[in-house]
Amino acid sequence: MTATQTLAEARATGPYLASGEQEKRTKRRNRRIALALVIPGIVGLAVSFLFPLVYMIRMAFNEGSGNGIVVETFTFSTILDPLTDSYYWKVTADTFLMGLVVGVLCIVVSYPIALFLARTQSKWMGLLLAAALAPLLTSAVVRTYGWMVLLGDDGLVNSTLLGIGLIDSPIRMANSMSGVIIGLVEIFMPYAILAMISGFGRISTQLEEAAGSLGANKAKVFFRITLPLSLPGVLTAFLLVFVLSISTFVTPRLLGGGVVQVLATEIYDQATGLLNWPFAAALAIILLVLFGAVISVYQALIKKIGG
Amino acid sequence: MTTTAPVPFRKKFAWGGLAFKTVVVLAYVFLLAPLLIVFVISFSSNRYLSFPPEGFTFEWYQALPQQTQFIEGLQTSLLTASITTVIVLLIAVPATLAIDRYDFVGKAALSGLFLSPLLVPTIVLALGLVLVLGPLGLTNTYTSIVIGHIAITVPYVVRTTLMALQTSDTSCEEAARVLGANGTTVFWRVTLPIIRPGVIAGAVMAFIVSFDEAVISLFVAESGRPTLPVHVLRYVENSADAVVAALSVILILFSVLIVVIVERVVGLKNAL
Repeated sequence: MTATQTLAEARATGPYLASGEQEKRTKRRNRRIALALVIPGIVGLAVSFLFPLVYMIRMAFNEGSGNGIVVETFTFSTILDPLTDSYYWKVTADTFLMGLVVGVLCIVVSYPIALFLARTQSKWMGLLLAAALAPLLTSAVVRTYGWMVLLGDDGLVNSTLLGIGLIDSPIRMANSMSGVIIGLVEIFMPYAILAMISGFGRISTQLEEAAGSLGANKAKVFFRITLPLSLPGVLTAFLLVFVLSISTFVTPRLLGGGVVQVLATEIYDQATGLLNWPFAAALAIILLVLFGAVISVYQALIKKIGG
Repeated sequence: MTTTAPVPFRKKFAWGGLAFKTVVVLAYVFLLAPLLIVFVISFSSNRYLSFPPEGFTFEWYQALPQQTQFIEGLQTSLLTASITTVIVLLIAVPATLAIDRYDFVGKAALSGLFLSPLLVPTIVLALGLVLVLGPLGLTNTYTSIVIGHIAITVPYVVRTTLMALQTSDTSCEEAARVLGANGTTVFWRVTLPIIRPGVIAGAVMAFIVSFDEAVISLFVAESGRPTLPVHVLRYVENSADAVVAALSVILILFSVLIVVIVERVVGLKNAL
């Protein structure tokens, strides 16, 4: 007893007390090391991320007339321009609706795969998971190209439908909003699956077993237990897909064939075609605001359902 | 003894199970359809993208080496993706180490900053980059592509490295320090070998994201240094033959190979 006490005392008063000053010095030294470690990263992000973003926002307060002519000023007229033009209201509404529809459909087709992957004990689990996520590692350009082949007038879907006599003339799917939506649903499935799998992981299977043993059938267990408990994961997946959809450029550009105009394609046309940079920046800000609004709604909802 | 009760339950379960399995299979078919179709069409002898295939051919694969723009694009993509990966590792791994192992003011804000580029639409970032790099005369250079790809790849390396650091056991590091190793030695001899799988996964993800990225490259380097995805995008816009299908199959096999490697090294779920 006394031995340990003296040991503790020795610890408290001995070398450690003497090194109180030293401890402060090590703390200071550690802070310097940490600073040295984070500075390259901060510089990298400042150059490739923060500064371009701030510069872009500032650009929206300039005046532009196309062909790269920018009048350095501070005005709200460029930002207000698209808001007073019914065409851009339509583009913004189309972008929003596209995100909504893609989000909902993507959840519907991804939910079964996510539930299956979260619950299966199959020895093929690794392979099936890889098959669900591998498309993520393939360029969006390649996958959009695949959908152009599938949905074109001579594509697989149309020639099959024509072949079995269901339709007389090809349905227009490529170069239309419906084609873009089909393509985007598939392209964002891996994200939705990933987000929902981690949501399912938090649901205890004991609850489902309990309900089952108390007499609920499979459908009842699903609708009363599994589905409500998986809502936070579903909501996260929806948000992710929505946010990705409204900012995507490649698929609307290629599958839309110039007919589908969303904010992203409009930004590209203004920036590289007409070279009206302030206006392109104004459209980008609209997109950012849409982004922020949806994320705040999501956070409020998640708080409400207690995710 | 209680054999009578479970039987009807299991019967119902089997029907529900079958329906569920069918839905899962259909969802998988939908998910993999574009990749499968690209594979089929790359061997089809049809002049234009159409169905059904009239014959089998290797023509599109043989035509690939003559498509010099794809070869140039591939060189540009490989070079810029490699440089991007090296730079991002050099800046992100030390920063992550500081975030996890050291205490300082603004730590939470900093880790938020390092993950935030994924929360900004790529097209918005691409516009900002071209506005900044244009006046500096840096557009259409390798530099512009690398700068553009740093921000969007940093989060992947930070995430995987952070996960490796958080789950690692620090007792070896303490032991090394007690035995007299200084900070640099501890990092290279102890910490880095422990977190290596996470760092490798992050590096692989950074490389793939940079290699596949089309939008930023399109904005900052479309006319001067188009990367492979930019060349493919342009080709697909203008022509309707299956050369791109052949190229896509090669790229898909390349991704599959990488997925297998990542799965072996760290597990796919942790890397994405």
